[in-house]
Amino acid sequence: MTRARAVLLVRIALLAGLVALLEALCRLGVIDPLSILPPSEMLGAMIERVASGDLDEGMVQTFSTIAIAYVLAVVLGTAAGALLQKLPRLRAVVDPLLASYYSVPTFIFYPLLVALFALGKTPLVILGMMSATPAVIISTLAGLDGVPPVLLKLARAQRLGRWHTLWWIVLPQALPRLFSGFKLALSYALIGVIAGEFLLSGTGLGYAISFAYQSFDSQAMYGAMLFVLLVAIAANGMLTTWESRIARRRARQ
Amino acid sequence: MQAVVRRYAGPPPVHALGPIDLHLARGEFFSVVGPSGCGKSTLMDVLCGLAQPTAGSVRFEGNALHGEVPEGVGVVFQEDASLAWLSVRQNIAFGLRLSGLPKAEVSTRVEHAIAFMGLSHFADHYPAQLSGGMRQRVCIARTLVLRPRLILLDEPFGALDQQTRLLMGDELLRLWRETGATVLLITHALDEAAMLSDRVGVMSARPGRFIDLVETGWPRERDSRIVSDPHFGELTARLWSSLRSESMKTLGRVA
Repeated sequence: MTRARAVLLVRIALLAGLVALLEALCRLGVIDPLSILPPSEMLGAMIERVASGDLDEGMVQTFSTIAIAYVLAVVLGTAAGALLQKLPRLRAVVDPLLASYYSVPTFIFYPLLVALFALGKTPLVILGMMSATPAVIISTLAGLDGVPPVLLKLARAQRLGRWHTLWWIVLPQALPRLFSGFKLALSYALIGVIAGEFLLSGTGLGYAISFAYQSFDSQAMYGAMLFVLLVAIAANGMLTTWESRIARRRARQ
Repeated sequence: MQAVVRRYAGPPPVHALGPIDLHLARGEFFSVVGPSGCGKSTLMDVLCGLAQPTAGSVRFEGNALHGEVPEGVGVVFQEDASLAWLSVRQNIAFGLRLSGLPKAEVSTRVEHAIAFMGLSHFADHYPAQLSGGMRQRVCIARTLVLRPRLILLDEPFGALDQQTRLLMGDELLRLWRETGATVLLITHALDEAAMLSDRVGVMSARPGRFIDLVETGWPRERDSRIVSDPHFGELTARLWSSLRSESMKTLGRVA
C-alpha cells in the first residue's frame, strides 16, 4: 500500500511540476503570454467563464450529446458484440475490420453526416457513437469469450433460464472486461462529440473553444479548454474508481 | 439408463459413447473409471440431461430426461465452477436464492452446508482467496444445499493433490451417508474408485462401454483408512487389469 501511495505522490508531483514549469516559463516571458496563458490565469479564466454562465448552454448541449451518444454506443455495442459472439462466421468476417477501425479518423465522416442529417444534434450523436461503439463491441466479445464453459453448464445444472443465466452468471463474469470497454467508450464519445462541435457546429463546448480561437480570445479559449480537460479527467476517474472496486473484490488475496 | 448411444455429428463424426446400460440403485455409491478420452464426461452430460443421447433413453425416478437437468439431480464439475464475484456464502446460496425458497430456509441450509464442508472460517472469503480444494468444497456445498437425491461428480478432485483427495474422499463418503443420496462419481483414479464405491463400472476405450462392473462389498461405514485393507489392493488390481489393455489402446491410438 505504501508503495502504491509513493507512486501516486510522485505522479502528482510530476504533474504539479510540469504545471509549475509552464507557469514559470510564461511568467518569465520565455513563452509569449499571448500564445499560452499561464496556468493560473487559465484557471481564473475557466472559473470566470463557468461562473458567468456563458458556457451553460454549451455545457448542456455538449453533455447531453455525449450522454446520448454514449448510452447508444453502450447499448448497441453490447448488443452487437453479443450477436457477433453467437454468429462465429459473421464474426470471422468482421473481426479484422473491427481491429483496424481505430486507424480510421472517424470525424472525417462528419461533413457527410452533416450533409445527411443537417447541422444539429443528430450528426454529433452519430459521430460520438461511431467513435465509441467499436470499443464496446470488442470488449463485449472479449468478456463473453472469457466466460468459462463450465459456468454455462453450471447454469443449466442449476436450472437457470436464459435470462437468469445472462443476468446472474454471464454478466457478472464478463463485467470487468465489459467495463473496460465502457470506460474507453466514454473517452471516445467525448472526443468524437467535441471534435465534431469544433469542426462545424453552432453550440457546445467544442464550438466555444473554436469560436474563441477564431476571435483571438485566448482567455475564453483556454478557460473552455481547461474545463473540457477537467471534465474528461473527472469522468474517466469516476469510471476507473468504480472499475477497480469491481476488480479488487475478485482478486482479493 | 438404457441402450444409450451418443455420437457427435462431427466433422469428423465421433462415436463417443455406448451402447451403455446402467441402473443405479437408490442410495448407491457408483464410480466410473476409464481410460482418458473414453467418454466419461460425455456419459455424465447425458446422465444429468445436459446432453441428449443420440439413441436410447435416460430416466430419473421413472421420468425420461429431455435435455434438461431434472429437479433432484445435483452436479459437481471437474473444472472450478466457483463464482469469482460472490463470497463463499453467496456462492453456496446461489442456486437456492433463485429457487424462490423462503429466506430463513435458505440461510439455515447454507449455514449447515458451510459447517458441514468445513468452510466456517472462510464464509466471507472470495474464491480467489481459497485453494483449489476449498473452491471445490464450495461447489460441492452449493450442490448439497439443493438437497439432491442424485449427485453426479465429474472428476471433482482431479486437480487436487493426493492427500487432499483422500480427505475429500472421506468427506464425500460422510456426505453420502448423511444425505442418503445416490452418488455417481466419475474419476480417473482407480484407488479413489476402489475406496469410495459400492460398485465400480470400468469403461472401455472409445466408444465407451462398460467392460466390467465390480462390487466392492465395503460396509456403509467406511473411510480412507480402508486403503490398508488387503481387499483394497485386490480391488485396485482387478480394476487395473480390466483397464490396462483399454488404456493401452487409447495410447496406441494417439501414437
